[in-house]
Amino acid sequence: MTKTFKGRVIAPGEVTAEAVVTKQGFNTLASMQMMFIQPKTKCVDQSNPDIYKKVLQGKVLCLPQTIGSTTGGMFLYSAVKSGKAPACLLFSKEIDSLAAAGAVLADVWSENDKMPTIDRLGDEFLEYVRDGDKISVKSDGTVLVER
Amino acid sequence: MELTKEQQAILDGTKGETMAKVMRTLVNYGEVFGAQKMVPVTARYGHLVLSFGLTFLGPVFDLFQKLIDEGCLSGQKFTCDPRPYDKNVPQSVLQKGVAKFVFGKQSRYEKQLEQLGILGEDSYTCTCYLDEIGNTPKQGDVLSWAESSAVVYANSVLGARCNRNSGIIELFGSVAGFVPYFGLLTDEGRKADWIVELKTTKMPDAQILGSAIGMKVMEDVPYVKGLDAYLGTELTDKAKTYLKDFGAATASNGAVGLYHIENLTPEAKQQGEDLIKPGAKVYVIDDAELERVKNGYPCIWKNKDAAPKLCFLGCPHMTLEQIKDWTEKLEAGLKAAGNEKVLVPTVFTTSTGVLKKLNETPYAARLKKIGVIVSYICPLMFMDNPLWQSQPVITSSNKLRTYTTARFYSNDEILSILTKEGK
Repeated sequence: MTKTFKGRVIAPGEVTAEAVVTKQGFNTLASMQMMFIQPKTKCVDQSNPDIYKKVLQGKVLCLPQTIGSTTGGMFLYSAVKSGKAPACLLFSKEIDSLAAAGAVLADVWSENDKMPTIDRLGDEFLEYVRDGDKISVKSDGTVLVER
Repeated sequence: MELTKEQQAILDGTKGETMAKVMRTLVNYGEVFGAQKMVPVTARYGHLVLSFGLTFLGPVFDLFQKLIDEGCLSGQKFTCDPRPYDKNVPQSVLQKGVAKFVFGKQSRYEKQLEQLGILGEDSYTCTCYLDEIGNTPKQGDVLSWAESSAVVYANSVLGARCNRNSGIIELFGSVAGFVPYFGLLTDEGRKADWIVELKTTKMPDAQILGSAIGMKVMEDVPYVKGLDAYLGTELTDKAKTYLKDFGAATASNGAVGLYHIENLTPEAKQQGEDLIKPGAKVYVIDDAELERVKNGYPCIWKNKDAAPKLCFLGCPHMTLEQIKDWTEKLEAGLKAAGNEKVLVPTVFTTSTGVLKKLNETPYAARLKKIGVIVSYICPLMFMDNPLWQSQPVITSSNKLRTYTTARFYSNDEILSILTKEGK
């Protein structure tokens, strides 16, 4: 079964990958601060039971927004440039300033490494999507969730 | 977005390709939030969040080098978050070795900061707004800052205007001299989405109250009623210190960039309830709610019953009054318990500016006598060392708890552990 959602494109691109879902705010620094010593980036945020210890790298990270330290955008940018980032970020709500910075920095300053980012997918999107769903993201902001 | 001729020319490349990309980034970033224009940065100084030469942040240092090579330097001097490492903080030989590797780009990065425009040697602190440092914006100043605890303080306590910028974006604003006009820069964006009604029976711990509000309102603006009963209606040093720690917790446990305290913070005093949006949601906080929030913090030590090996106090950095207050409380607690030194190795963290002032007072020797070390580091970044992740560290900072494996205790509990119980 495939369900379709449509959002706003913050950083364009197309990707197909598995979903990893957090219903609560994604604390970028708390989640990703150990990414560079991990073989694959895993969430180390003790306060987020939705994704604690789960692999983030190469996944479609579905989230309401990011929270926490203003190093957030910088960490996302470094993660993208180092190949340690999620494949894509899908926000149910309007994107926050830190994640937007990471997405825009990666888009403007990176030739090859990209992290497509879409926001305003709606609360229904986050209620529906589950870990392991196959997600296809289109460059016009269309998101297909296959289960 | 409508740009001025000057801004459009930069975007078109008249100042080079790198400067055009700086402007492109700011424009794209602003357009995400519906910004219609860029406005000049009016504050005297900037503030950067990145102060640590983390080996793994190579892409950021490469980008900064590009700015330097192309002459895209900050148009204003800036302060910067605290350094990540101090050999005087208790640690094993192995931890020292790993820290050398983790922060392997520190000296390269500090050279970059000098080239980009750091204010001076005493500029490394998250509390840049304190008098000892002097990066204290005026009400209405437009800032290009990052560091969540400093941004929320500048907006709320000083009435300056700054969005919750990410690292790199804040430097770009200082380089371009403009920031996109949206969010907390606008009058509308500074109105409160939430009314917080405080109904506790005593003054709440700043760190727990801030945490509760941050987790509830996330990125929204809260208008807090009832706190003036404890803090008064003037921004005394005591009130500002409380709000420093309260704000840091709102910003790290949630994403608050601005709060208003009824009858106390500048805009709340000037505009009162006109600051509250129609239909604002209400969050009532009583003793039970604070207890619920505190009990919800997980402890992820491998051995939950381990005796703490280290205690960090000062995230954000402590003020001079805070250090003096803690010194007196520790001395009294130790005397009452019949102990001479703190029972857990303890590190106070503060700015080098405050540290210099502290060293001019008898309190420096008094702290040394009871076994407390005072350091200039960022404890959060110091613990960003894999070997610290499994260590039982305690703190009364909700920010440090959020980003590390440190276990949270209230200030009263910490006092008891350090003077009487040892665990």
